[in-house]
Amino acid sequence: MRFGILVFPGTWSDTDCHHALGSIVEQEAYYIWHKDTDLLSADCIVIPGGFSYGDYLRCGAIARFSPIMDSVREFASKGGLVIGICNGFQILCEAGLLPGVLMRNETLEFRCQPVNLKVENVSTPFTMSCKQDQVITIPISHGEGNYYADKSTLEDLENQGRIVFRYTDSKGSPTLASNPNGSSRNIAGIVNETGNVLGMMPHPERAVETLLGGDDGIYIFESIVTFLKSR
Amino acid sequence: MKAIPQNILDEIALSREEYDLITDRLGREPNPLELGMFGALWSEHCGYKHSKRLLEFFPSTGPKVLFPPGSENAGAIDIGDGLAVVFKIESHNHPSAIEPLQGAATGVGGIVRDILAMGARPIALLNSLRFGPLDESNNRHLVKGVVSGISWYGNCIGVPDVGGEIFFSESYSGNPIVNALCVGLVEKDKLIRATVGEPGNLLLLVGSGTGRDGIHGASGLASRTFDDEREMRPAVQVGNPFLEKVLIEACLEVATFDGLVGMQDLGAAGLTSSAVECAEKGGNGIKIDVSKVSRREQGMNPYEIMLSESQERMLLIIKPGEKDRLNDMLAKWDLTAMEIGHVLPESNVEVYDGLKKEASLPVEILTHPKLYRLKGRMPEASRKLRKFPLSNLKPLEISSNQILLSLLKSPNIASKAMIYRQYDHQVQTNTLQKPGTSDAALVRIKGTQKALALSTDGNSRFCYLDPYRGGMIAVAEACRNVSCVGAVPVALTDCLNFGNPENPEIYYQLEWAIRGISKACKVLGVPVVGGNVSLYNESRGNPIDPTPVIGVLGVLEELARATDLAFKDTGDLVVMLGDSGINGRVRDLAGSEYIKLFYGLVAGRPEIDLKMEAKVQLLCRRAIDQGLIQSAHDCSEGGLAVTIAESSIASGLGFISSIDMSGRHDAALFGEAQSRIVVSVKPQNFEAIWNMANDIEVPIVELGRVHGSAFRLVDIDLPVKCLEEAWKQGIDWPGIVGQT
Repeated sequence: MRFGILVFPGTWSDTDCHHALGSIVEQEAYYIWHKDTDLLSADCIVIPGGFSYGDYLRCGAIARFSPIMDSVREFASKGGLVIGICNGFQILCEAGLLPGVLMRNETLEFRCQPVNLKVENVSTPFTMSCKQDQVITIPISHGEGNYYADKSTLEDLENQGRIVFRYTDSKGSPTLASNPNGSSRNIAGIVNETGNVLGMMPHPERAVETLLGGDDGIYIFESIVTFLKSR
Repeated sequence: MKAIPQNILDEIALSREEYDLITDRLGREPNPLELGMFGALWSEHCGYKHSKRLLEFFPSTGPKVLFPPGSENAGAIDIGDGLAVVFKIESHNHPSAIEPLQGAATGVGGIVRDILAMGARPIALLNSLRFGPLDESNNRHLVKGVVSGISWYGNCIGVPDVGGEIFFSESYSGNPIVNALCVGLVEKDKLIRATVGEPGNLLLLVGSGTGRDGIHGASGLASRTFDDEREMRPAVQVGNPFLEKVLIEACLEVATFDGLVGMQDLGAAGLTSSAVECAEKGGNGIKIDVSKVSRREQGMNPYEIMLSESQERMLLIIKPGEKDRLNDMLAKWDLTAMEIGHVLPESNVEVYDGLKKEASLPVEILTHPKLYRLKGRMPEASRKLRKFPLSNLKPLEISSNQILLSLLKSPNIASKAMIYRQYDHQVQTNTLQKPGTSDAALVRIKGTQKALALSTDGNSRFCYLDPYRGGMIAVAEACRNVSCVGAVPVALTDCLNFGNPENPEIYYQLEWAIRGISKACKVLGVPVVGGNVSLYNESRGNPIDPTPVIGVLGVLEELARATDLAFKDTGDLVVMLGDSGINGRVRDLAGSEYIKLFYGLVAGRPEIDLKMEAKVQLLCRRAIDQGLIQSAHDCSEGGLAVTIAESSIASGLGFISSIDMSGRHDAALFGEAQSRIVVSVKPQNFEAIWNMANDIEVPIVELGRVHGSAFRLVDIDLPVKCLEEAWKQGIDWPGIVGQT
């Protein structure tokens, strides 16, 4: 399958995503520069982590105006798979492809650490290979991952099963202590209404080799491949 | 002839004698711009005037060393597979004392550009930090600011911050040590040199606009002491990590451009130092027209433009006629390189403002400051403390349990997780061991079986008591850390943080630390390939303790062999390499955390046997290489008890000792004798290690075994959970950042 990885100025997990998808999951992975408009027949678009435009105005607020984002919107509207990781999640929210916003971590500090995530919806294209309520371990690395949305949006997300990942303890309880950034309802990842656009703060591309401490991230990439092959 | 006013000389930190030498060599008086350029290039920071004669002691060659030290922006090492590793450590102490966030941030930015200038991709950062005690609010402010600055800048540029150390001691109150080390990777035949090449080549500036920030950073801040630090605030630069990230990617693309001749970062002393150093290396001269330098402030004069230390700027030297092609490449990144001058055949630096000539100086004179070889004097206090009879210290009435818990809680030993969790240590997905889990950071090289091991070390208490032995121990410890993960130390970079060298007592410390480092490097076979000197580290008249920070690069050929410090399995034997028993020798208490914490004393004389050190490290590496070792941890601050406790805490597994103790109890448990490594091994492998140790002639002793969930060492008996709690509580981070 063809994975197009967007690159904005300030993006840094582009190469990590390329390594994970190309060398580990063994798919066709390639970069797409943000000034381009052609997705080059991608089966899935990856918006990787980093600090696009330095996150100077607001995370993702400038990146959403890049020429490539029109193509991504169009691709998503036709049901194309889009996964936004960390800064990618922030960009998707700013671009209006996902609801809500990611504020500064409650501690006002950056956090780089492994977190436990409960997979709450395994019917999405991104989680098909997981078991319902499975707890996976994936690292976070962000200063602004504190998910916020108004109450009715949160209710919608909850009722429509769009909260895909929640920060939990190792047993799957969404405790206060397991929430690394203050996110509403321990939200770590959500999908859009049609389920083809995922935004998540943790970095699955950093969890694809046991050598580096774990490979639970492979569940996510394998799910995408399985979904695409079955389509 | 009217004498130059003293206040002008003070501002640029030149002595009258040096000024006279300049006029003598030039055959005329320098104009104000020229004098400013001299001030920068003849500063300690750029010209190494007090240290150069001493740095010559360092062994600096070896089969893997690619360039002589000082000839390029950073040392380069051939690691095989057609790859070179470039690495260097640098200080940003003075700016961090004044404005900790920007000071530390731009320290990271500066060292990254040094690595970038050689065409290498920055792949890892380490930080070596020293602060005053945390009970002073200003020290807390500095810790918070420095950590935030490193986190802010380092995380944004996508270079993992994989390790380092933090130490607290009174002498750093008001004058923190902020040293940043960067490692880069490049194909050996693609290394870029800092040179100007042939006459006619063009000089272009790319990156940030030039502003008034950082003027006199090198001459003023880094090269003299100052009474009121607030007056120097405008001398601190302000960082833009986003632009740095863009520059990294853009310059790495430009590094493959056939029209490129050389590349140089703009750091201390800005354009002046950058351009002049390139000219010196190329053996030619340069002409710069400051009117062509793109600025971010209006009304800047040539002096300000030539001496600005605005960050995120790179100097590119290209062949004539290649400017358009270069800018076509840079356009992708929304960057434009501005032509600011060209290379001259004669070895002169000519500065113009449009058509008006503002400065004309021979490169030779600018780059050859007066070098000093002073006579040092052993500080009286050290002489006394060294001879202090440690046997006079009465054993404490406190249980060993309590002592161990207090040591684990000491900020110098306690967990630093609340700090490193603010640094992205994983980006680029090569970090094999998380910070805190092994003695050295370990970064794999994709596409090979190799990993690079990195450690920084430097015990300032030892150096205060005896800079010669302290210097040796700093090298030994950093190499030992690298050996503990299984890697062979191949090269080192040093950052020499000292007080005012014009003071004979400080000069003594500097000279003897350098001699000690040199000696250890020779015995351990590790060349010095680059580094930095930071002098004048004094605040309110008090010098810092001598703080040579040693950064060692090691290479692990088979990354699958990598070893960490955590115990692995119940029943494994715990063995000490390098000692034949738990012998409580009172002299091992010298400079220990234990006597500092419980007796309020820094005293005694540290010792090291470098030949034994080399053998212990060899034994550890050889045993790891043959798969005989489960965990390895170097014995340092806190002594044997803390070392074993840390291996227990990291694994959650207990320990039970099987050895009798002789001599003085506290010295055996908490003394800091060198050349010791605590390893755990499968029982069936003990004989093989024993034989190996006999061959190499290293004493080893079985200390006990991994067992249960309690930590039992002689008369210490505590649940591992309890040790962990103490260790995790040591640094009160909420207290530092003011959270309740």
